[in-house]
Amino acid sequence: MHKIDVTGLSCPLPVIQVKKEIDAGNLPLQVSVSVGAPRENVKRLAENSGLRVTEQPAGDGVFTLELTKA
Amino acid sequence: MKHKSVIFTGIAVGILGIALTIWGNPANMGFCIACFLRDIAGGLGMHRAAIVQYLRPEIIGLGLGAMIIALFTGEFKVRGGANPLRRLVLGFLMMVGALAFLGCPLRMILRLAGGDLNALIGLFGFIAGILVGIAALKSGYNPGRAVPQAKSTGFVYPVILLALLAAVLLRPDFIFFSESGPGSMTAPILAALAAGLLVGAFAQRSRLCMAGGIRDTFLIKDPHLLWGFVAIFVATLVGNLILNKFNLGFAGQPVAHTQHLWNFLGMAVVGIAAVLAGGCPLRQLILAGEGDTDAVVTVFGMVVGAAFAHNFGLAASPAGLGINGRVAVLASIVVLAIIGFGHRLGRNKQS
Repeated sequence: MHKIDVTGLSCPLPVIQVKKEIDAGNLPLQVSVSVGAPRENVKRLAENSGLRVTEQPAGDGVFTLELTKA
Repeated sequence: MKHKSVIFTGIAVGILGIALTIWGNPANMGFCIACFLRDIAGGLGMHRAAIVQYLRPEIIGLGLGAMIIALFTGEFKVRGGANPLRRLVLGFLMMVGALAFLGCPLRMILRLAGGDLNALIGLFGFIAGILVGIAALKSGYNPGRAVPQAKSTGFVYPVILLALLAAVLLRPDFIFFSESGPGSMTAPILAALAAGLLVGAFAQRSRLCMAGGIRDTFLIKDPHLLWGFVAIFVATLVGNLILNKFNLGFAGQPVAHTQHLWNFLGMAVVGIAAVLAGGCPLRQLILAGEGDTDAVVTVFGMVVGAAFAHNFGLAASPAGLGINGRVAVLASIVVLAIIGFGHRLGRNKQS
């Protein structure tokens, strides 16, 4: 499982960094991301890339997303 | 449909924007984040341009609306510390650029939907600026990482907004109110506040951002936020056509000038600064309301920028942009280049 922490980064950095990992084939990927726009944007990116997304709240406004090949 | 929330928000902005102009706001200025923050700077006496002084309740509503909805949805998260000084500078520059053009990106769309073709030049500049911002991101520009902060810090901005609301309602004699010009053209306080609250809440939910739509379309081929941009334009255009307020052309447009170069460069400055700051002026207000203290600093930067712009003659007027403003726009581009690409200089020196 590859891991990346994009919490606290302003838009569009979370999406750019996660996209880099996806493009490099680093899957499955565990992403720590802040609530709000970053979380939605990363989810949308993953879904648009044909990946399956599961998520769990990790407390203090952070979510852990797991991106896997569908 | 996955775009419905951002499209709904865009339509609400369009309808309420037109309603605000009917209720008293200047033409094509139902909402203008830059103009309204500039008016607030004037209302507080931070600049003495007598025609643009008013504590705009729309700004108060936008922040409080975002805060209330974020509190309900669990998205009120107090965070900050991602290079706040740089955010102050970016807010300042955003305002210098916006006042050269005479409007923020939101007003640019409202102007365009009113037939003001100068705003089309501004849009080209805005897109060019966003492309430069994207180049900075790709070159490794690092906006810094925000960390959680004490919850009480997140209420500093809402408390300031409530103080402004008290001031506009009670009209103490140290607060300035324009007696003529755009600052005297105002919708009733409660109507303006309510419109701000609604748009603030919708924009918080939908993450509407004028810069984000164009940025994401180019950067990651995701036009999601662009739908909001388009919805504002279409809703406002239809409203203007119905009300016979659509007036196509360059000359004689309300609170606008026809100097193409400076309209282009002014919005280019806004575009670069918005990408480097993580969002357009509207988005900064929303983030500020939901606990992002770096966005609060960006808003402060915009207010200070507006005060400087009017104290030192940097802002445009319908006659155009003066020499001070031209120098300021060019200097802003230099500073933004340093902020966005400066890390590359450092890298070369080390290697």
